[in-house]
Amino acid sequence: MQFPFLSVIVFIPLAAGLIILTYKPEWKKAVRWTALAAGLIALALSFWVYFAYDKAVGGYQFIEKYDWLPALGISLHFGVDGMSVPLVLLTGVVMATGVMISWGIEDRPREFFAFLFILASGVFGVFASLDLFMLFFFYEIAVFPMYLLIAIWGWVKTREYAAMKLTLYLFVGSVIALVGALVMYFTSGARTFDLLVLETVKFTPEFQKTWFLPVFLGFAVLGGIFPFHNWSPDGHVAAPTAVSMFHAGVLMKLGAFAALRVGIMLLPEGAKFWAPLIMSLALVNIVYGAFIASVQTDFKYVIGFSSVSHMGLVMMGFATLNQDGLLGAGLQMFSHGVMTALFFAVVGMVYDRAHTRDIPKLGGMIKPLPLAGIGLIVGSLVSMGMPGFSGFVAEFPIFRGIWHTDLWWMALIAAISIVVTASYVLLVVRRVFFGKMPEEFEGHIPPINVFDKTALVLLMAFMIGIGLIPALMEPWVLSGVRHILALLGGV
Amino acid sequence: MEFIHAHILTLILFFPVLAAVIVLFLPKDKPQVTRWTAFALSLIPLALSIYLWVQFEPGKPGFQFEEKYVWYAALNSSLHLGVDGISLTMVLLTTLLTPVALLASFSVSDRVKAYMFLFLLLETGMLGVFLALDLLIFFVFWEVGLVPMYFLINQWGSEKGERELWKGVKVQARNYASLKFMIYTMAGSLGLLLAIQLLGVLFQTYDLPVLTEKWTALEGTLLGLPVATVKTVAFWAFVVAFAIKVPVWPFHTWLPDAHTEAPTAGSMILAGVLLKLGAYGFLRLVLPLYPAESARYAGALAFLAVMAIVFGAFASYGQKDFKRLVAYSSVNHMGFVLLGIAAAAKASGTLDATIAMNGAVLQMFNHGLSAAGMFFLVGVIYERTHTRNLDDFGGLFPLVPVYGGILIFTSMASLGLPGLNGFVSEFLVVRGSWPILTVYTAIAMIGLLFTGAYILKGIKQVLHGPLNEHWAHGEHKLTEINTREIVVMAPLMALILVIGLYPAWILDVINKAVMMLF
Amino acid sequence: MNFVLPIFPEILLLALGVLILILDPFVKRDEARRPFLGWFTAAGLLVALTLSLLLARPAEPALVYGGMIRFDGLGFLFKMFFLFAAAVTALFFMDEEKLARRAEAYLLLVAATLGMSLMASAADLVMLYLSIETASIPLYVLAGFMKEDDKSIEAGFKYMLFGAMASAVLLYGFSLAYGFTGETGLYALALHFGDFNLLAAGVTFLVLAGLAFKVSAFPFHFWAPDVYQGAPTPVAGFLSTASKAAGFAVLMRLFTAVFPAVNADWSLILAILATLTMTVGNLIALAQKNVKRLLAYSSISHAGYALIGVVAFSQLGMTSVAFYLIAYVLTNLLAFGVVAIVGRVTGSDEFSAYNGLSRRNAPLALAMLVAFLSLAGMPPFVGFIAKFYVFLAAVNSNWVWLAFVGVLNSIVGLYYYLNVLKYVYLFRMEGEDEEKHPVPVSRPVAAAVVVLAVGILLLGTLFGPWFGFAEQAAATLF
Repeated sequence: MQFPFLSVIVFIPLAAGLIILTYKPEWKKAVRWTALAAGLIALALSFWVYFAYDKAVGGYQFIEKYDWLPALGISLHFGVDGMSVPLVLLTGVVMATGVMISWGIEDRPREFFAFLFILASGVFGVFASLDLFMLFFFYEIAVFPMYLLIAIWGWVKTREYAAMKLTLYLFVGSVIALVGALVMYFTSGARTFDLLVLETVKFTPEFQKTWFLPVFLGFAVLGGIFPFHNWSPDGHVAAPTAVSMFHAGVLMKLGAFAALRVGIMLLPEGAKFWAPLIMSLALVNIVYGAFIASVQTDFKYVIGFSSVSHMGLVMMGFATLNQDGLLGAGLQMFSHGVMTALFFAVVGMVYDRAHTRDIPKLGGMIKPLPLAGIGLIVGSLVSMGMPGFSGFVAEFPIFRGIWHTDLWWMALIAAISIVVTASYVLLVVRRVFFGKMPEEFEGHIPPINVFDKTALVLLMAFMIGIGLIPALMEPWVLSGVRHILALLGGV
Repeated sequence: MEFIHAHILTLILFFPVLAAVIVLFLPKDKPQVTRWTAFALSLIPLALSIYLWVQFEPGKPGFQFEEKYVWYAALNSSLHLGVDGISLTMVLLTTLLTPVALLASFSVSDRVKAYMFLFLLLETGMLGVFLALDLLIFFVFWEVGLVPMYFLINQWGSEKGERELWKGVKVQARNYASLKFMIYTMAGSLGLLLAIQLLGVLFQTYDLPVLTEKWTALEGTLLGLPVATVKTVAFWAFVVAFAIKVPVWPFHTWLPDAHTEAPTAGSMILAGVLLKLGAYGFLRLVLPLYPAESARYAGALAFLAVMAIVFGAFASYGQKDFKRLVAYSSVNHMGFVLLGIAAAAKASGTLDATIAMNGAVLQMFNHGLSAAGMFFLVGVIYERTHTRNLDDFGGLFPLVPVYGGILIFTSMASLGLPGLNGFVSEFLVVRGSWPILTVYTAIAMIGLLFTGAYILKGIKQVLHGPLNEHWAHGEHKLTEINTREIVVMAPLMALILVIGLYPAWILDVINKAVMMLF
Repeated sequence: MNFVLPIFPEILLLALGVLILILDPFVKRDEARRPFLGWFTAAGLLVALTLSLLLARPAEPALVYGGMIRFDGLGFLFKMFFLFAAAVTALFFMDEEKLARRAEAYLLLVAATLGMSLMASAADLVMLYLSIETASIPLYVLAGFMKEDDKSIEAGFKYMLFGAMASAVLLYGFSLAYGFTGETGLYALALHFGDFNLLAAGVTFLVLAGLAFKVSAFPFHFWAPDVYQGAPTPVAGFLSTASKAAGFAVLMRLFTAVFPAVNADWSLILAILATLTMTVGNLIALAQKNVKRLLAYSSISHAGYALIGVVAFSQLGMTSVAFYLIAYVLTNLLAFGVVAIVGRVTGSDEFSAYNGLSRRNAPLALAMLVAFLSLAGMPPFVGFIAKFYVFLAAVNSNWVWLAFVGVLNSIVGLYYYLNVLKYVYLFRMEGEDEEKHPVPVSRPVAAAVVVLAVGILLLGTLFGPWFGFAEQAAATLF
């Protein structure tokens, strides 16, 4: 029997979180080092899984299955395919870098890291689950620590409001999807939550048409789909740095991924029927998000709304239901994940030092924080889809995917967002990092520490690496896409 | 040697990146080391491209030194490189101008490492466009080149100057110019991007030779529209993208801003190479992919070209800022390139068309030399006087005779004095276009007249007339051009003269490529 | 042996009660020996639990004592949980000075548990009524136990008056059933309820009303908030868990044994009742500022969720109800336990009393987090699994809209539970000097809290075996 990589990955953060909870509140150092160790182990293991995944064979690999509740057909069933394996890696990356970025947290670090790790376990669990019940289980686990993390360690002004808004939005979405999942469970007649079995069930077209929307949209709420995106910028802004990283970097992918795995993969006919609607919503996301982002003056809101726009591209990719679109969406999930994680890391570094995120009040940060500036620049280039960076590698196929569909004209409209994005990210970069530094900051901006630097470099390496050599990720995603296309009946 | 020969294009293309990375790891506090390293390393691509030039067989049809590596398997796009006579000329121009520009930037003292790093990346970006035989790769390099240029203008551009956006709201001029440059080009490329996507979706490949064949043969309906309509729209999408880069009137407004605000070396590269990317796009993509549309809309293109020539000349004449004057002259000169292209498109295959096309390609090369030289000379005097206002100069010839001589020489090349390179190419363009687009060419000739006017005005304002005493004595005393600066100008001037006297060596390469293309 | 086994737990409970009475005079004089009674009661209950588990597990369902008692899995399962809940409550009692001083409190607790145990297995109208009264009367007393506290007395009285009223209604229903059929055995009655008729409707209506009071379902829920608020907190915890579970045990048995045929017509009414119970409980809970009242309203809404499982009326439905009650008993006991501790230290049950709790006592705050999130239905706590099963059962029986109502309600619930946690984790005490105001937790209570929290987590993750027990128990109903 092979080493149970996935269950170890899923449960390591949880175990670390529980261990940390047993420490005394004063042991802040021990808490941090334990957290870092756990983060690095998870990262190393996810790297291993990523590279050990046989992309030539494709399909689900690293499968582990333990009966959990045979009476209802629930099992602890782990496995990854080409779609999820990059996301597992992404989670590992964000988890490790999130710990590094949060090194300076002084207020109850014990609880902070414990909650963060519970969240991480939930996220890993969703990506690795091949059981619908377990997917929900982990999905909810990923949602509730968010509330505490934002409410306790978030930005004083909006944290209560934002945390509650976020939690309720996500919970509403997920429970509605849950009902859909239960209906699927019974209708299938298979009496199992095993996704591999449910995939093979052919639901009637009417059934699929009825239930696709609740299931897909229920999850897509977490993916930030219009008009249910409202929670996301508020949540991003209120959350502490590491949580924003998790939130935008990984959690939104969680919604998108679940919408794909449960919505599209189990109800392909429904997906085909509703695809034009999803595409329209995603189009609004893309364009509207970009425009709203461009008029924000709060550094974090800019990025928050840019996430709305970028996640719209993911949804768009899904809804095209063809190889190009799905491939792009898969890559975009990863690319956007590392990108926003980097963005929020940089925002956090600036905010911790300047104590403001008001863009007009900032300036000249490149001198004291050169690496953060470079990070933001690289992130911006990814964000605007500059070739040579991961954003292009992801967005280009999505646009191609749109061309394949009957709604090809959407590509023309969506393209507007590229220019809008380019203009505002460049403006933000320049206003925050270049120009004249306001006098009150002179000499009050300490440099970033070695953990921050490591995190930034790691994140940048992914964006540039994939941008230059798409083959580092594309074959993985493609193998996953093939499987989805097979379920869709070879569209 | 075997290896170098087999991978020469890859080496030329990526060596600057390697150099950039090396520069990045040099010590921060030794700017002189950084400068020399960057300069020395940039000579290697030059050496390689000279080797390439020598090894190149002009008579051989098709592309040479082809290399192909899979880049993005799912999209069936590969790093497909290759050169023909046209791209070879451009590669030579790029690898030549980069070391020259680096040498010209030795006076930059702020964040030298980052500056050199970006410059070397820029070189790769430009070379990639010229070498690419894959539409997607072409686009990748096309866009990538923007980023270093944006930061070069934005960070190392002239510090003075503000630009009023609307009532009372002012921004630094270099910020305004850099963003305008970036957004203009990106927005212009949107249509190109979408058209590229469409092509990829249709044929599942981005390989240019394959695409050309399939796309031109395509008939029927597409996306619910007649193919002809789609093609026309796609044609204009391509044209707009490249026309902005060239730039062609009325898409040229970013250029004076960008050129004026960019650091000296940035302007050199911008005028010398970056503008050629647009013209090259016309040659490499628009004409082969859209022969019918090009012929149909050649008149419109010629009209735009003529407008660029005439308005460029007028605008240039009207400037008080020396650098803006030179900047508008680029609009004027690049107009001839487009005129040649339009003529060739209209009467593709005829002798006149070939002549016009030869002229256009040579004009690209020539303008690269003379514009780079002119911008450098403006930079030289600006560094000393910290002004570019023509009214502040006057009668400087006696103070700086060597500089004055070089300026006059370069200006004459730009003006099109027989015996220097500008004459050869402009003559060819006019000669070729005359029978095809008579009226437009005639108007362009009037533009040529004004070219003489603005150049002479520039020389007069700077070098002749009453001496501005301010520069004659004391701390403001104007110093002569120094050795390093002369070294920068030397290769440019040499080539200007050589091509002017003996154009055959380069025209031969260009001509054979043009003959094969059309 | 067959004679003893069906009521083995009850016998042990009786013995325990007698022992407490005997011991009382010996420990009364000595202040230092006070805690002994609490430990003794808890230990005794646990011993009873263990012994019953070892010796008195039911095999095939059987009617014994002339049909008075049905010795089956469902009754047994509930009995075990009553014993567990009582043991935990006894530990909580030890912290409440007024209760801990008096052996009567423990005795009443044991007596009430005895009554509930009989409720869970009663199979005869007379037995059922008697057991309900046996369970209720000690609880009336316990609710009003704090003689010096007006609120407590009010709670006791209110509970008694409403309870008596409900008992009367229930008794009237029973008498109608007996009068028309001449039978008192539940399973014998079933034969007369084959078809829908006025009699069945009347009886069902009356019985339902009486039981709705016990489980505090709409519209008979009014007593709960006042009683919970006034009663000593551990008693309120016991009331809201064991007592309610006992009510559900009866409900489940009645609906599966006696009214299977009429069910189809009644399930819509029950569904509406469930909807209203959930919604009313949740909506009113939104406006609360007092934790005990909040928990009271939340317990009303939880009755509603559990009713969903009854509505589903299938084996899965009954299983889900059983599991839901197990989960709910654990969770709510923990919630009330924490509230009791905080209330004792701060002297208040208002939300503001919880400011800075996470800094005053982090483990306690964590326990509260576990309890409240479990109530809200978040994994990996048992509340999630419980809700999941209930909704699963509803969907299985084509009550999709009811499942939707349930999930929407759980969102409202999430809102107010999180709202309380905000005080615990986010807000600070006046002066921000939480370190100087620790919240000490005595050893028995700490033990109880740990057991409950671990239980919630354990059932929430390794739910397989527990679901198995619930399933076996529910299977014996059919």
